[in-house]
Amino acid sequence: MSLKRIISNKTMAALAVLMTAFTSTTTFAQEAAASGMAKPVDMNPIYKTTTFYVLLFLLLCLFIAIVGKALKVYELTRETEGKVSAINWNKINAILFALFLVVGLYGVYWEFTVHGNMILPEAASEHGKRIDQMFMVTLILTTIVFVLTHIVLFAFAYIYKFDAKRKAYYYPHNNTLERIWTIIPAFVLTILVLMGFLTWRSIFYKIEDPNNKPISIEVTSSQFQWDIRYPGADGVVGKKNYKLVSSINNIGVDFNDKNSLDDQIADEIVIPVNKPVRFTLHSKDVIHSFYLPHFRVQLNTVPGMATYFEFTPTITTTEMKAKTNDPNFNYILLCAKICGTNHYNMQRTVRVVSEQEYKEWVAQQETYLTDDLRKAFNLPIPAATTPAVAADTAKTNQIALNN
Amino acid sequence: MSTISIHDTNHDNHGHDAHGHHHETFLSKYVFSMDHKMIAKQFLITGIIMAVIAMILSILFRIQLAWPDKSFPLLETFLGHWAEGGRIKPDFYLSLVTIHGTIMVFFVLTAGLSGTFSNLLIPLQIGARDMASPFLNMLSYWFFFVACVIMMSSFFVQTGPASAGWTIYPPLSAVPKAIPGSELGMTLWLTSMVLFVASSLMGGINYVSTILNMRTKGMDLWKMPLTIWAFFLTAILGILSFPVLVAGVVLLIFDRSVGTSFYLSDLVFGTDILPNEGGSPILWQHLFWFLGHPEVYIVIMPAMGISSEIISVNSRKPIFGYHAMIYSLIGITILSFIVWGHHMFVTGMNPWLGGVFMITTLIIAVPSAVKTFNWLATLWRGNIRFTPAMLFAIGMVSFFISGGLTGIWLGNASLDINLHDTYFVVAHFHLVMGSAAIFGMLAGVYHWFPRMYGRQMDAKLGFLHFWITFICAYLVFFPLHFLGLDGVPRRYYAFTEFEFMHKWITVNVLVTWAAIIASLAQVAFLFNFFYSIFKGKKSEQNPWQANTLEWTAPVERIHGNWPGEIPSVYRWPYDYSKPGSEEDFIPQTTPFSQTMSSNLPHDFEGDAEAEEIQRQWEAQNKSNSTTAE
Repeated sequence: MSLKRIISNKTMAALAVLMTAFTSTTTFAQEAAASGMAKPVDMNPIYKTTTFYVLLFLLLCLFIAIVGKALKVYELTRETEGKVSAINWNKINAILFALFLVVGLYGVYWEFTVHGNMILPEAASEHGKRIDQMFMVTLILTTIVFVLTHIVLFAFAYIYKFDAKRKAYYYPHNNTLERIWTIIPAFVLTILVLMGFLTWRSIFYKIEDPNNKPISIEVTSSQFQWDIRYPGADGVVGKKNYKLVSSINNIGVDFNDKNSLDDQIADEIVIPVNKPVRFTLHSKDVIHSFYLPHFRVQLNTVPGMATYFEFTPTITTTEMKAKTNDPNFNYILLCAKICGTNHYNMQRTVRVVSEQEYKEWVAQQETYLTDDLRKAFNLPIPAATTPAVAADTAKTNQIALNN
Repeated sequence: MSTISIHDTNHDNHGHDAHGHHHETFLSKYVFSMDHKMIAKQFLITGIIMAVIAMILSILFRIQLAWPDKSFPLLETFLGHWAEGGRIKPDFYLSLVTIHGTIMVFFVLTAGLSGTFSNLLIPLQIGARDMASPFLNMLSYWFFFVACVIMMSSFFVQTGPASAGWTIYPPLSAVPKAIPGSELGMTLWLTSMVLFVASSLMGGINYVSTILNMRTKGMDLWKMPLTIWAFFLTAILGILSFPVLVAGVVLLIFDRSVGTSFYLSDLVFGTDILPNEGGSPILWQHLFWFLGHPEVYIVIMPAMGISSEIISVNSRKPIFGYHAMIYSLIGITILSFIVWGHHMFVTGMNPWLGGVFMITTLIIAVPSAVKTFNWLATLWRGNIRFTPAMLFAIGMVSFFISGGLTGIWLGNASLDINLHDTYFVVAHFHLVMGSAAIFGMLAGVYHWFPRMYGRQMDAKLGFLHFWITFICAYLVFFPLHFLGLDGVPRRYYAFTEFEFMHKWITVNVLVTWAAIIASLAQVAFLFNFFYSIFKGKKSEQNPWQANTLEWTAPVERIHGNWPGEIPSVYRWPYDYSKPGSEEDFIPQTTPFSQTMSSNLPHDFEGDAEAEEIQRQWEAQNKSNSTTAE
């Protein structure tokens, strides 16, 4: 390169350095002058302006440009002196890869121990335990592969960095190696598939035990709420029809079906521990997703069709409070499928209680069927309820149940 | 006429001269160009612009996630009523994630990646003067451009852009009253997508026919660089799967505008009962993912091909297991058509199907593993030059491993129950198809920039760009896995409403800062790219000492690619550091007769005559050397 260019580069770099030095000292001086008078300048409003950050970024760019120029000047001078390239970028990048490996592995360890401790507590359902086992197996296997392959990748990058004296080893193929790393992953994946497949079947293909019939609960999603319907004394959730939806019948329960008459409305999901529950899921408007992360339960609710998920909770809310050491702990139901404006706030509490508590709770829930609905469906309005409605709610419920 | 004659190698000079008589205007050279190299650059620059837009959108919603309660008056200045009081509204937040996803998946990583490198490299690497149909090629770009314009125009619509997620599941996307984004914004989205698919089909048909019909003399399929194999299989995937998306989109347009019920049934909004009956929203999901899953391979396979090529060139070693690399690509291509159901394990699809799709999904991990191990084996005992392209290629391998492994979790139907639609999925696909594919693309840009512009990009800025982006990408996406494991669903506007999510807000701040720094690092790339187009160091003929054909074409990038005859090909593209050869690379155009000292028995593919000549030469040489001693 011509000397002239080097000089111009050098002068440019020097000028730039001078410029920044000057500007920073002048601002410094101004600041000092201002603050010297009385009180220190309040920088807080300045930190809130966009201009401050834009200037900061431009300053950073300038700094990088200066460093770049300086490097260029250095390299060019070395070149004119007839020496081999000044900076060995191959070596620098190789070292950075090695550093990245070490720091990265520590970072992964940190993530696993810190953020890894913030994840969901143990599964609170029977099938959830099996899912968690699968989870552990998969986690261990993938972590081993993840760490080993990355050690190999970055170690090779470091060890085999460019060296003009060396020639790469011509090694186009080795069928034995190919076979090994086809068969081993295939074998490991076969095991994972088998385990996953069996777990999956055990979750979705349940053989019903006639002595331990699941409790049926129906959940209907809509923008942006969950409507929960309990089956009442007959244990069967009655039919519904979207065409019957009205301001008094917001999920369209069909009261011409006898099974609907005793169905109860609830504003939270309460389920007894160690008893299977079968959720029937519907959606009124768009697709939502019925997600109970603590129980490892998720299924979309789809308009126009019913979906089913059956599981057995194993840990009561109280027990979980003790286990997680969090007195505010609550199981929750949330929506996991994008469904509109308030997708981020579609929640319901879920309580797992003892069988006894469950029975008490369920007895207190009101029926869907109100007098207005009775009129609408031409059902007889029981005389007893009208006068005694305020007197004794428990009694009302009793009557409603008997219906 | 001219298109046919210029590809005729026998009448080569004549054909080319005839073509040279065309008077090139600004319009025909830069705008409605039919030259594959110019079209590639058009795709690239449009892709870069779209990527920058998508990146800005992502920063906007990352800001919302990190500081849900803070007000940023500047946002209101730019976004008006979508950010009243300096806070992004929930509807607009959903628009942001939707359009970010759409732009990145389709406009950047499909058109920007395949469009750029298939167009640039297919004719140059197989030895053709241009694409099979330059006119179709030009149309392909302009359809893409119009699709981009229509997609962006939805930001100027009162009700805002589409906001049902990039998968636009009906009924949310089908019923305008479900969300404001499903009004005009969604119509524009669908229109844009139809044009986009048309563009991608025209491109794909062109790529396939060019590769099959227009290879130069000697370039049989098993001598093609892995880039070409990847583009070829990608194009086939696109041709077979994109039409299904169009079918789905057209049905959705009917549902929205004509009142049909393909996807809709039993809908009630509030107490407003809709008349649609008999459709199924699940149908859309099948149609969408029948494209959607091959789509992720459409995104990643070109990045794989590019990385394979770059890793081989810069390790100065042949790619390990060339045949295995191709067979694994073919395996991925075929399997990618029968795994779409793994997106639908918990959507109410029959659980029996879930089991089937789990099996096929985990099988597809095998060819992916083979590719990874082959890349590692290529690095082994190499002589690695860390050009910016090489750094990005290594980064691509790293991301592919990290993101690919979590695919084994999500492909397992049982685990997917709890991970579906959580941040775990977000982390997974941003690593494996987001970061990995972007890194493949950037690697390609750094590597083939000299072929596009005849100049070099600045390596040091490239290093800076790589290291900041690489570190920040991990800082952004690694912690997100743990949000998913804690059951935090994706596409949540704010983490404020659920008690258990509060602890993740600090993590969101970290992630957002990392994202901001990463996006600022892209300024280094943008500056480097546009500055180097005009002021970069002039490139040599073959700056990376690579074997492939494109480096035999003149730096001036003439129309028709090679002056005179198209070079013939004699060998595979990966003869790097071959023992017995003086140079550490032997271009594909070097006949074996010129490299007697380095020929291996395997090279002749059973050609008895050539083997005999080689044996004689070796015998003679041996006797020479013994007499010399």
